[in-house]
Amino acid sequence: MTKADIVEKIYEKIGFSKKESAELVDKVFDIIKETLEDGEKIKIAGFGNFVVKEKSDRRGRNPQTGEEITITARKILTFKPSQVLKTTLNI
Amino acid sequence: MTKSQLAEKLAETNGVLTRKEAETIVNIVFDSIQDALQNGDKVEIRGFGSFTVRERGPREARNPKSGERVSIPSKKTPFFKTGKELRERVNDL
Repeated sequence: MTKADIVEKIYEKIGFSKKESAELVDKVFDIIKETLEDGEKIKIAGFGNFVVKEKSDRRGRNPQTGEEITITARKILTFKPSQVLKTTLNI
Repeated sequence: MTKSQLAEKLAETNGVLTRKEAETIVNIVFDSIQDALQNGDKVEIRGFGSFTVRERGPREARNPKSGERVSIPSKKTPFFKTGKELRERVNDL
């Protein structure tokens, strides 16, 4: 499934034009991306939470050459699925 | 930011949308992702990321209270892989 399928559902269920529906879906993801970029988390009840986590420097190894390298500190995005979402996948 | 705040922001940025319509749209977005995952489908949102279902194999565990062995059946779990654009934006690249 891609964004186009979500657009199609909005078009069918609410009756906005396809162009409007596409713009609205884009806007939803734009708002989410901007919020996460600012380091703020997104909490979607019944679905899950998107949280930005800070990772500090750590030692790593290039798996191909075996060479030791330092993996630099970075911010990563994590998704923690809600209990509801996890349960629905196992019914 | 919660789901209702997301809907509120969507309604604000789009002048013609009512609060109710914005809520419906946000709900459809996440409901359709959930439906697809329930059907075992993969969901790919360009620039954002992709959702897949991963299977966790069965395992033996112990009830920490009684020490009794219990077998845990295989389970399906949702997995999100951050897309390149978002990964870079989150890390201020």
